[in-house]
Amino acid sequence: MIEVDEVAKSFAVRRRAGLLRRSRTLVDAVDRISFTVAAGEFVGYLGPNGAGKSTTIKMLTGILTPSSGRIRVAGLDPARQRTALARRIGVVFGQRTTLWWDLPLRDSLTLVRHLYRVERSVHRARLAELTELLDLGSFLDTPVRQLSLGQRMRGDLAAALVHDPELLVLDEPTIGLDVISKATVRAFLTRLNEEQGTTILLTTHDLGDVERLCRRVMVIDHGQLTYDGSVQRLRETVDVDRLLIVDLAASAPPIEVDGARVVRTDGPRQWLAIPSDVNAAAVVAAVASRYEVEDISLREPGIEDVITRLYRTGVPTRS
Amino acid sequence: MVEAVRTYVLLAGTWMRSAAQYPASMVMLLLTQAVSSSLDLVAILIMFAHTPRLGGFSLAEVMFLYSTSGLSFSLADITLGTVERLGEHIRKGTLDTVLLRPVSPLLQIATEDFNPRRLGKLIPTGTMFVVALTRLDVHWTPVRVAVLPLMVAGGLWIFWALWVLSAAWQFAVVDGKQAGNSITYGGGFLTQYPLSIYGRDVLRGLTWVLPLAFVNWEPALYVLDRPDPLGLPVFFRFASPLVAAALSVLAALAWRGGLRRYQSTGS
Repeated sequence: MIEVDEVAKSFAVRRRAGLLRRSRTLVDAVDRISFTVAAGEFVGYLGPNGAGKSTTIKMLTGILTPSSGRIRVAGLDPARQRTALARRIGVVFGQRTTLWWDLPLRDSLTLVRHLYRVERSVHRARLAELTELLDLGSFLDTPVRQLSLGQRMRGDLAAALVHDPELLVLDEPTIGLDVISKATVRAFLTRLNEEQGTTILLTTHDLGDVERLCRRVMVIDHGQLTYDGSVQRLRETVDVDRLLIVDLAASAPPIEVDGARVVRTDGPRQWLAIPSDVNAAAVVAAVASRYEVEDISLREPGIEDVITRLYRTGVPTRS
Repeated sequence: MVEAVRTYVLLAGTWMRSAAQYPASMVMLLLTQAVSSSLDLVAILIMFAHTPRLGGFSLAEVMFLYSTSGLSFSLADITLGTVERLGEHIRKGTLDTVLLRPVSPLLQIATEDFNPRRLGKLIPTGTMFVVALTRLDVHWTPVRVAVLPLMVAGGLWIFWALWVLSAAWQFAVVDGKQAGNSITYGGGFLTQYPLSIYGRDVLRGLTWVLPLAFVNWEPALYVLDRPDPLGLPVFFRFASPLVAAALSVLAALAWRGGLRRYQSTGS
């Protein structure tokens, strides 16, 4: 569905250098990345702000022309065949709506129908289905500017799917949504991927999205892919400390124990980091034998920690 | 092309329908637009209260020039005027969403907010055109009559190209709307009066550099049976379509180049 081969994109950035002079430097937003996504996959695309996520997505959708390299999406060259590609993919930007601000949602969806030349009868059936799945009924006739963020997001999803695209690209679709809206959107996306076989590529900062939705993750940092594989393997690949939380009977100087170090203290409570190659049980036993402990708990690293670690250090892709 | 027109009508229609939800406001805006455009006519009448001729042209002739340019300009403004918002779209990042749809961004931005109130400008200009025709002292040959619709169409075509050019300019200079407007609105304003009033040097510039003389001036010289102040051959009276075509090619290239260079915004 998506083939990206040695794709790079650099931007010219002008900086002020002196009173009238401007220096012009090239910044590599994306630096020769390659990957493929097969039909039916659900892929998470992660990376810190400014890593090149949006730039990649904009190249995949034909908004930006790559500086070099080759991209094929649904067999088309996005930059050259942007309009043809637009008919076959759906795109949602969480930060900005594709709906028309002043029009009621229903009219926006009608406009979208005209733009994508969807048959009236097909549109009606599709709209009924989307209305039910995304629960749009109560605000179909409300102007978009009056919708809540959650409603708008669902409206945007509907607009991106009116023409039944093969590939859905989502740029931070759950940003700013409350728990319930997130759940609705996630359930809908899972269903779309599993039942209709729509390929989904999603960028997000919400690791809940990744854990609940994606089978595969790609991580980009400083314009380069630092990881491409399953969520499971990502956890295993990246060394992340486990955290031991110890409640002592009374405040004490930092615990000294082999294999772990105190990272934080707060009165009688102390946090100890245990590297992945140290036996946690041994540390627990050692602490318990030498200190008066009220309570003790071990926290396994979450995907957040894994990703944070990955952003900071970067890990070469192992195959 | 047929497809583009069809899409244009569909999009403009949707916008009109949503504007029609507030009929009172729509009618008011249409009338305001019509009245404010009519004030220009008053200005001309006041001028002619002090002088019998303007740049060597009588009142009826000036009305003719004014209304032919006005018709071309208003039609272009109605159909394509909103493309001047391109810079805004680039700045806000909304051009991205426009580019995601399978329809030319030009069509999408041109139909944006399409509102019947835009038609308000046509009422006074159209009226003035009819009045000018009845008062002109011209020997109406079939060719002269045929030139009338062609000159309005040629002018419209030139203004279309200028509008796209001035929009494409905003790809390079995002806040270049004002500079762009000076060509479109400025051009609309300049060509409403006999170009002879601006002097020979300006007239040369408007023929060879920014060819606004072909909006209505050159064909009008033929219709009104006037000699060309620059002494250009008869061919020039009918050259408007060629000029328009050349400008369109230029505009298309600029627009495409701009799209290709487009860098989007962060997010």
